[in-house]
Amino acid sequence: MAKQILSSTINGEAVEVLVQPYETLLDALRENLGLTGPKEGCGTGDCGACTVHLDGKPVASCLMLAMQARGRSVTTIEGLGKNGVLHPLQDAFVRLGVPQCGYCIPGVLMAAAALLAENPKPSEEEIRYGIAGNLCRCTGYTKMITAITEAAQAPRSA
Amino acid sequence: MRRFELDVPETLEDCLHLLATRGPDAKLLAGGTDLLPQMKNGVLTPRRVIDLSGIPRVKVLESDAKGLRIGAAVPARQVEKDARVRGGYASVAEGAALLGSVQVRNLATIGGNLCNAAPSADMAPPLLALEAVAVIAGPKGERRVPLADFFTGVRKTVLGPDEILVELVAPAPGPRSGGSYMRHTPRRELDIAVVGVASQVTLSNGVCSKARIALAAVAPTPVRATSAEAALEGKALTPQLIAQAADLAAQSAKPISDQRGSADFRRHLVRVLTRRTLTTALARAGA
Repeated sequence: MAKQILSSTINGEAVEVLVQPYETLLDALRENLGLTGPKEGCGTGDCGACTVHLDGKPVASCLMLAMQARGRSVTTIEGLGKNGVLHPLQDAFVRLGVPQCGYCIPGVLMAAAALLAENPKPSEEEIRYGIAGNLCRCTGYTKMITAITEAAQAPRSA
Repeated sequence: MRRFELDVPETLEDCLHLLATRGPDAKLLAGGTDLLPQMKNGVLTPRRVIDLSGIPRVKVLESDAKGLRIGAAVPARQVEKDARVRGGYASVAEGAALLGSVQVRNLATIGGNLCNAAPSADMAPPLLALEAVAVIAGPKGERRVPLADFFTGVRKTVLGPDEILVELVAPAPGPRSGGSYMRHTPRRELDIAVVGVASQVTLSNGVCSKARIALAAVAPTPVRATSAEAALEGKALTPQLIAQAADLAAQSAKPISDQRGSADFRRHLVRVLTRRTLTTALARAGA
């Protein structure tokens, strides 16, 4: 079974990497590219820990084959901040001490970033709906919602 | 996941050729949200996978005066957010908005939901109530199958091993029409319908000129509730008549009892959801 060449843009950089045809995007990011921010929780698209952006939209990277990202742009938590500056969501999560065990946080941040990109001033209901695909086994949802609300209110250049 | 070879065709013709030559061990991959979990847990072990994501023909989403065309590989999230779908085909947007989480809906496709052929498929009732037609391509050309004839059993469809579902075509319901899809789930998100109901009504001269009602998760396949439809047509849609139609829909349902709900509970849900979706559809039709 021959490896295939995956050509994508990953966190803004053109990347060519050899992947197995049966490799998921999540495995390619973690194993081949060293991007260990996206996590495997359930592996079946229920928990959202593997959330990355595909052409700006949040997807479960455990449910995609790596080769399905060919020619497309992938952003992981490693690419969310720009030029060493945290994204306002990351900043709010740090200031409010949102992470407990932390395992779900990269996925939550990517889901929340996609929500704010589409809907800069979401209601609490819309925030809850926006992160409904992310499970936190520490059940730390209340602080997440507070932090996302605060980040949405912060002045942003972008 | 068992190892497999992956093909990434760029045209429908290439894909059909691959399907014909790769044999029955090949599986078509659209969004992958149903297929990959089944491959990971060993339920499905294809030796070959053919990825549809590079084929423009199955990714078309178009709406014109004649109707709506949804390519089989269009993601649910795109359908859910499309202004034309939300405006003219509200029940389709409502069904699409219920498939899994945002992360799943950006991958999961309309065609995948239908080809997976779960009795509870959320895309089936809205498209059945709109009398959608499935466009299927095979080695001998294309054929058109009414969606009502597409499902043949639990996880079974009319698709042959050498065929591909290309798109769904729903005729425009016309002026003074409205539709609605609702389902019941114990959890609000990421759950499977205990019962789903779609209603579509068209009004003319103060009466209902056309009514279509489709049910999910009450039979081996998604089904129409034709006796309830017949009770509505030609009459003014009063709350009393809607309640009668809801009773007829509940009587026509043949649900099973399982861990999601008993047969009696499901019949009750058909009654409630038929009444609610008809009432919403009527309001959207501009009554």
